Amino acid sequence: MGFYEDLIIAGFGGQGILFIGKLLAYAAMKEGRNVTWIPSYGPEMRGGTANCTVVVSDEEIGSPVITNPHSLIVMNNPSLEAFEPRLKTGGLLVVNTSLVTLQPKRDDITIVHVPANKIAIELGNDRAANMVMLGAYLARTKLVAEESILDALEKVLGKGKEELFEVNKAAFEKGTEIGRV
Amino acid sequence: MMQKVFTRPKSMFPVPTHYCPGCGHGIIHRLLAEVIDELGIIERTVGVAPVGCSVLIYNYINCDMYEAAHGRAPAIATGCKRVHPNLVVFTYQGDGDLASIGTAEIVHAAARGEKITVLFVNNAVYGMTGGQMAPTTILGQKTTTSPYGRAPAREGYPVRIAEMLATLDGAAYIARAAVNNPKNIIRAKKMLRKAFETQIKGLGFSLVEFLSQCPTNWGMSPAEAVKWVEEKMIPYYPLGEFKTPKGEKETAGGV
Amino acid sequence: MGEKVLITGNEAIAEAAIQAGCRFFFGYPITPQNKIPEYMSARMPQVGGCFVQAESELAAIYMVFGAAGAGARVMTSSSSPGISLKMEGISYIAGAELPCVIVNVMRGGPGLGGILPSQSDYFQATKGGGHGDYRLLVLAPSTVQEAADLMMDAFDLADKYRNPVMVLADGYIGQMMEPVEFKKRSSIPPPPKDWAITGAKGRPRNLIKTLYLDPEELEKHNIKLHRKYLEMAKNEVRVENYMTEDAEIVIAAYGTTARITKTAIKILREKGIKAGLIRPITLFPFPYKTFEEAAEKVDNILVVEMNMGQMVEDVKLAVCGKTKVHVDGRSGGMVPSYDEIAAQVEKIVERRL
Repeated sequence: MGFYEDLIIAGFGGQGILFIGKLLAYAAMKEGRNVTWIPSYGPEMRGGTANCTVVVSDEEIGSPVITNPHSLIVMNNPSLEAFEPRLKTGGLLVVNTSLVTLQPKRDDITIVHVPANKIAIELGNDRAANMVMLGAYLARTKLVAEESILDALEKVLGKGKEELFEVNKAAFEKGTEIGRV
Repeated sequence: MMQKVFTRPKSMFPVPTHYCPGCGHGIIHRLLAEVIDELGIIERTVGVAPVGCSVLIYNYINCDMYEAAHGRAPAIATGCKRVHPNLVVFTYQGDGDLASIGTAEIVHAAARGEKITVLFVNNAVYGMTGGQMAPTTILGQKTTTSPYGRAPAREGYPVRIAEMLATLDGAAYIARAAVNNPKNIIRAKKMLRKAFETQIKGLGFSLVEFLSQCPTNWGMSPAEAVKWVEEKMIPYYPLGEFKTPKGEKETAGGV
Repeated sequence: MGEKVLITGNEAIAEAAIQAGCRFFFGYPITPQNKIPEYMSARMPQVGGCFVQAESELAAIYMVFGAAGAGARVMTSSSSPGISLKMEGISYIAGAELPCVIVNVMRGGPGLGGILPSQSDYFQATKGGGHGDYRLLVLAPSTVQEAADLMMDAFDLADKYRNPVMVLADGYIGQMMEPVEFKKRSSIPPPPKDWAITGAKGRPRNLIKTLYLDPEELEKHNIKLHRKYLEMAKNEVRVENYMTEDAEIVIAAYGTTARITKTAIKILREKGIKAGLIRPITLFPFPYKTFEEAAEKVDNILVVEMNMGQMVEDVKLAVCGKTKVHVDGRSGGMVPSYDEIAAQVEKIVERRL
C-alpha cells in the first residue's frame, strides 16, 4: 500500500485552523499527492469547534470524512474533548498546552506538547500559534517537506506580506524544533 | 381609384382574435403593432406573453415570442435582454399576473432598471379564469371571489402599480393610460411609443399601465363597460405620466 | 496537461462552467452553494459574461428560461429548498426544450431542513420534481475533479438533447477542496440553435411555448419528449464498476457516499470479504442494466445513500426480485461512515453464511 495519512485539526474560530489545513493540502498537492480538505461541515460541525479534515495519499482517496484519524492537532479544550476519543490507537496527538488545560486521557497514543501561544507571543504575533503547531506536527510525521509548507505559505499570503511571512516562518521553524525533541 | 385610409398594421397576423366583444386587449394589441411598425423594429422585437387572456398574443403579433408562466414574464425578459441587448423586449401582462403572483418579478425588473417595456393591462379582474378578484379590483366591486363587493376589512385595498413602480430609481418611464374612448386611446399610443423609445435609447425600465374593459366578467355591455372605466376606475387610478426619463420632457399630457 | 489547482467543489463547478463557454448565470443565495454565485459574480465580468443575483429562485430560473431561449449557454445553482422553488420553471424549461444546466448542492430536508450534506433530492431530480411528464438528465459527481468534468459535459449534453441537465452534488462535494485540472476539450460545435429567440430577421418568427390546448397535440409533444429520454437512456448511461468482478456482495452508492464506500470496501477486503461498488454517475438515465447483470452474480446488494432510501427503488426495479436489496441510509446531514458500511456488509454476509 502506498503512502496514506489523515488528520483532523481542531480549535476555535480565528486560530487559523482551516488555514494550516489548507497549507498542508496545498503542499501535498504540489508534491504530487492526492489530497482532500474538508472544513467544519457535515457532522463535524457539531460541538462548536472549528476544524478541518485533511487526507493525503498516493492512491485514489476514498472517504474524505474520517472517523478515527491517524493524527490530531488540538488547539483548545473542547477540541481535545471532542476528538481525543476518536484518535486511532498508536495515533499522534499534538496539543497546544498554552490553551489546553485538560489532560489527555489516552495512554495508547503519542502526545506532543506544544506551548504554541507562548512561543508565538515571544515571536511577536500571538496569531502565529497555528504555525507552531503545524511545525511540531510536521517534524513528527514528515507528511510534506518543510520547504513545501514555506512555498505554500508564500503563495497563500501573496506579495507585500513579507513581514507576516517572516513571523509565520519563524513560528513554523520553532514548532519543528519542538516536534523533533 | 379609392385610397386606403385604414389598414391592419404589418406586425399583426391577418386573423380574428379570440377576445370577447368590447374587450380592451384587441385595442391594446393594435396600438402595440402600430408602434412597432412606426418604429420599424419588428425584426428585432421580442415579446413575452404570460398566462392570462392575452397568453395567446403570439397568435396576433408577428415577432419572436416567449410564452411565460404566470407572473414570470419580467424574469424571462431579463434573461433575453441580457443575452441580446440590441433586441427590443416587451412583456404583455394582466393584473393578476403582474400585480399579484408576479409582484416580485416586476418590482425587481424595474429596480434593476432592466431595459424592457411592460404593457400592463389592468381590467380589475381575473379574466381567463372567469372573473375572480384581482389585486386591482376596486373597492365595492363584485367578483366571483368577492361576491359581497371588495371591502377593505375583508379584501384589503387595490394596488396602484404605476405609482408604486415610479418610486424606483431603475424605472425610467412609467405612465397610466386608458382605452375606453378615442381620446384616451390616442394618448395611450403616445405613451406606449415613448415607453419603447425609452428602451431603445437605453434609458431604463419602462411601463405603461392600460385601464381596460372586461364586459364579460364585469357583467356589462361594452357600452356600460367603457363608462364604468371612466366613472369607477379612473378616479382611483388617475391617468398620466408618473416618471419620465431625466432630461426628456413630458409629452402625452394633452391631445 | 494543465496545472492542478486546489479549490472547493463549488468553485470548480463555477470555473468549469466558464471554461465550457457558459456566459450567463442567474442565481439566489442559499447555503451550502454560495461560493458558486460569489465566484460567478467576480468571474463573469472578466470574460464578458453576465451575472444577475435574482430576487428569488423563481425569478432566477425564469431568467435562465429567457437566456436559454435566446440561445445562450446559461446556468443556475441552488440547494434543496431553492431547487424546490425552481421546480415550476424547470418543468417549463423541459416542456419548451431549452438547454441549460442546473446545479443542486444538496442539503437535508424536508422543509428548511438543515445546511449539512444530504442526498435526499434523488427522487426530485430523477423522477420529475416539477409537474408534468418530463425528465432531467442528472449527473452525480463524487470528486471535485469529476464535478468539474461533469459540469463541462453537462452543457454539451444540454445542447445535444435540448434538455435541462442537473448536476446533483451533495454538500460535501461543494465544500470540499481537492486538486483539480481543468481539461482542455476538443470542442464539438453544438447543434445550431435555429429555434432560438434572436429577432425574426430574414426568417419566420420563432415561438417558445409550452401550452398545447389540443390534447392530441400535447400527447404528440409528450411522446416526442419521451423518445428523447429513451435516446438518453440508450446513449448516455455512465457508471463506475469498482472491484465488482470477483465481488460476492455489491454496494450501490453515488456522490460522496460512493467514496466513503470505497474505503469500506478496502476494510472489508482486508477481512477477506469481497465487496464491490456500482457507482451510478448518471442518475437519469439510471444504469439499470449494470444492476441487472450484477443480480445474476450476487445474492445481496446494499444501497448506501444519505437519505432514508430513494435510489434503492431504482436498484429494486433493475434487479426485479432476482437478488436481495438492502438499504443503509443516514439523513439530516448525518453521513454513513466507512465503519458503519463495513459492519452492515458483514452482517449481511454473515446472515447468508
